[in-house]
Amino acid sequence: MKTNTLGAIIAGLATCAAATTASAADGDTIKIGFPVFLSGAAAGPFGQPEKEAAELLIEALNAGTVPAPYATTGIAGKTLEGTFVDEAANAVTEYRNLIERDNVDAVIGYTSSGNCKSVAPLAEDLKTLTVFVDCGTPQIFEEIVTEPTYLFRTGPTGTIDSVGAARYFQDSGVDLSRVAGINQNYAWGQDAWRDFTQSLSALDTGSEIVTEQFPKVYAGQYGAEVSALLTSTPTAVHTSFWGGDLEAFLLQAAPRGLFARSDVLMTCGEALFPRLADQIPEGAIIGARGPYSVFAPENDLSTWFNAAYEEKFGQKPTYPAWKMAQAIFGLKAAWEKAGEDADTDAVAAAFKNLEFETPAGTVKMAIGNGHQAIQGIAYGRYKKDADGNPGVEDVISYSAECVNPPNDMMSAEWIEAGFPNSNCE
Amino acid sequence: MLKLIAILLDGLSYSAWLFLVAVGLTLIYGVMRILNIAHGAFYAIGAYACATALGLYYGAGWSGAGAFLVMGLTAIVTGIVVGLAVERGILRRLYGRDEVLMVLVTYALFLILEDATKMIWGVESYFVYQPYAYFGFIDVGGLPYQVYDLLVVAIAIATGLALWLWLTRARMGRLMIAVVADREISAAMGINVPRIFAITFAIGTVLAALAGVVTAPKIAVAPGIGVEVIILAFAVVVIGGLGSIPGAALGAVIAGFARAVSVHLAPEFELFAIYAVMAIVLAIRPYGLFAAQGERKI
Amino acid sequence: MMTIDFRRDPINILLLAALLIAGFFLPSWLRFLLQMAVAGGLVALGVMIQMRAGLVSFGQGLYYCIGAYAVGMLAVKMNVTELGILIPAAIIVTAVVGGILGLLLSRYRDIFFAMLSLALSMILYGLLVKAAWLGSTDGFNIPAVSYLGHVPAQAVREDWSYILTVVLVLISCFAVARYLASGAGALCDAVAQNELRLEYLGTSARKVVFIVYLVAATISGLGGALAAIAMGHIGPEMTNWTTSGGFVFVALLAGRGSVIAPVLGFFLLELVRTYALDYAPNAWQMILGAVMLAVILLLPEGLWSLVRRRSAK
Repeated sequence: MKTNTLGAIIAGLATCAAATTASAADGDTIKIGFPVFLSGAAAGPFGQPEKEAAELLIEALNAGTVPAPYATTGIAGKTLEGTFVDEAANAVTEYRNLIERDNVDAVIGYTSSGNCKSVAPLAEDLKTLTVFVDCGTPQIFEEIVTEPTYLFRTGPTGTIDSVGAARYFQDSGVDLSRVAGINQNYAWGQDAWRDFTQSLSALDTGSEIVTEQFPKVYAGQYGAEVSALLTSTPTAVHTSFWGGDLEAFLLQAAPRGLFARSDVLMTCGEALFPRLADQIPEGAIIGARGPYSVFAPENDLSTWFNAAYEEKFGQKPTYPAWKMAQAIFGLKAAWEKAGEDADTDAVAAAFKNLEFETPAGTVKMAIGNGHQAIQGIAYGRYKKDADGNPGVEDVISYSAECVNPPNDMMSAEWIEAGFPNSNCE
Repeated sequence: MLKLIAILLDGLSYSAWLFLVAVGLTLIYGVMRILNIAHGAFYAIGAYACATALGLYYGAGWSGAGAFLVMGLTAIVTGIVVGLAVERGILRRLYGRDEVLMVLVTYALFLILEDATKMIWGVESYFVYQPYAYFGFIDVGGLPYQVYDLLVVAIAIATGLALWLWLTRARMGRLMIAVVADREISAAMGINVPRIFAITFAIGTVLAALAGVVTAPKIAVAPGIGVEVIILAFAVVVIGGLGSIPGAALGAVIAGFARAVSVHLAPEFELFAIYAVMAIVLAIRPYGLFAAQGERKI
Repeated sequence: MMTIDFRRDPINILLLAALLIAGFFLPSWLRFLLQMAVAGGLVALGVMIQMRAGLVSFGQGLYYCIGAYAVGMLAVKMNVTELGILIPAAIIVTAVVGGILGLLLSRYRDIFFAMLSLALSMILYGLLVKAAWLGSTDGFNIPAVSYLGHVPAQAVREDWSYILTVVLVLISCFAVARYLASGAGALCDAVAQNELRLEYLGTSARKVVFIVYLVAATISGLGGALAAIAMGHIGPEMTNWTTSGGFVFVALLAGRGSVIAPVLGFFLLELVRTYALDYAPNAWQMILGAVMLAVILLLPEGLWSLVRRRSAK
């Protein structure tokens, strides 16, 4: 009788295999898989705005309500259809499932660098258009996929956060004699701090590092770390905290006067605006990981995106939403450049070295052999306007060529070498 | 000198928080032999309930010290409702099953409650920072310190003492101790063991919810906060000795100061300071610092 | 408690072999799921055989991770991509670590064994997260491997890796069945039931536990190595407590009646997970939890009891 049970399992497998291969993509729609965080600590700060931006764009593009140059409906006249999957599950198996089971035509998503690293080679193996939205690590095109065809990243790498932060500190005249850092103890926080301190040495600031705190990611309790920052009397503090950790850090550090004693720079500080605007001390240095949100240029696309997002979801989009929007616009621009009947290879070829318009200005796929976007970055000091809306002043913007390495250099080498060939007019 | 004050205060305040997080876990294990992974979910539910309750409180235009009363009530009500629902609904059917199986039952419960929390409150953060700012800060030898954090130390000590007195002095508490000592004999002597279990589980849940309530004002209440405390609470309880309340206090103090010392003197070791302490204690005293070694039955 | 005779288990392994050969023709996403599941199934099998001795390892991810990192570090840091070296190296490394830690852990029982194994796996997790040169939490990618000097073309690379996994998993299952049928394996039951009596009979319980721990560590390391090769990417998550918890769950869910039960059980769990993710991306954890609860409530002896009950008729 054992055989019967096992036989039933085999039969069951065959049935579910048959059921799923039947749903092939048809000719009038483009099906896109969106792996974003739907559970866990990254769901609120990243998954939610990314998902919302994708929903907004799919709806608006299908209805043809987006301003020029994206006023045509859908992508190349085809209707968009989105499938969301939780990035918190096993990225490799779920990526395969999207392509081989759900037959998506393209994948747009990923926030975690670990997931990007594991999916990157697979995108090339499975020959599927894949656009990474966020994930900070520069390794994707520097080490993992050095000759990409189908893989693109429309968001800039984390390098610009750290280089821009060091430059802003120096250019805005902050006392850099005693520098401290508090970053999450995982790849993102470690990389951000390493790039930042190396940028300081490249800029010859002569800073002394008074303490480097690395609390566990998602720890939530930072009383001891704040004490350590206070007792080591830094003049400037760098943090790449994001999400709930950043919010908790702000709530615990601000009342104890850390922001009053030192110039604190938060690379992801903009994400605090919708919910904690009243708690951010004025004068804190805020970044948005690119020219997004309050740092975005004023143009038809940004005005439309801000207004449409706020109308649909009741609050202004935070930077992850901007990054998702520019990923979708990038795919649309590439597809339409390739032509209506273009196949995957033609779209990928058109995407390479593409320059396209986004709510955050022009994005250039300039490095990583034309597969990695570069963008500028800006920092500013927190300031509420007369109506109490969050905003920034003393903004300094750095051009894309100022804070990104050239195509033929790895970002770590470039920082160590003192930013050769950078152009900061 | 300043560093010493900082280590002392940080150690004390983190230990107090760890104790609040762990004490419910050790109580439930001590009486029921259930290593409750859902403890993390109860903590998260407490924090969310606190955010909602205080949101309503401040939304109604009230302010002031009444918020602390609301927080206390929230912990008690949430703990009793959720604790009894879980105990009556599911755990009751499984008493007497293998200890390890019960760990998995609570793990399954944790997964379910985690998604249920997400369905009720969504994925965006909740903030109720008003109580944290209410008392302001005091200057301790040049180091500004939030009064609220010192208040948590007082709450932890009061909770620990109250629980200890109740277990050793009150009738219900002593019945519980009897059940810990021998479940079958207690039942034979006429103690209503299922009732004791239900009460224990409810109290343990109230304690978990209390930890969440107390923490809510200083963090972003968001998905994932529950999973972070589980392993911390386990470590504390294992160091002190499973099932022992003084053990949980000692474990919290050791783990709390280990972290404070490493943050100030050797930040690079902070991440695994607590696991290293746990492994060392287990290697030297397998049953934890406080628990007695069980007899071997032939 | 029923005693189980493992001398007849090779028949089940033949059935597993038939199933895995049939699996070769599944759609590639499902075959990949099966491949990852049977690799992970070896770790669950490691947990299961320790359970036979009454020991529950909440840190079996330690060896899963060590096996994977042994392969990864050889391949990336020393450019060794030959399977003939990678797989034996992973087995040796996990066996050595298992041997050393086994000396310590064989003194522990019950919840203390569980907690100490958990603590050890979390220490490795902490170390790896600190190790920026190993990519910290991001982990790192593993290049394509060669099979005794032959590097398969990209189009058939996955076929080769599937076959490799299946062959090694089947050999491991067979070896474990032989071990459980042997004297040393049969004594595991005795340790679980009454250690003291066992010692009165002149056998060292510590020795029995040490051996089962070592066997479990070794096959878990092999599982990790196979998973690393299949996945092409590894990270510290492999030794996090949530991963280890999954292995314990599979071992309990599947039951202890056959060496193929955990391997199949792991696949069933992965199927539930991926379909829950597909149909209810916002509530997949809840579905997984509910399935776990249902199995525990309705099938106290695990899924394998379904097979046994039917064959007993």
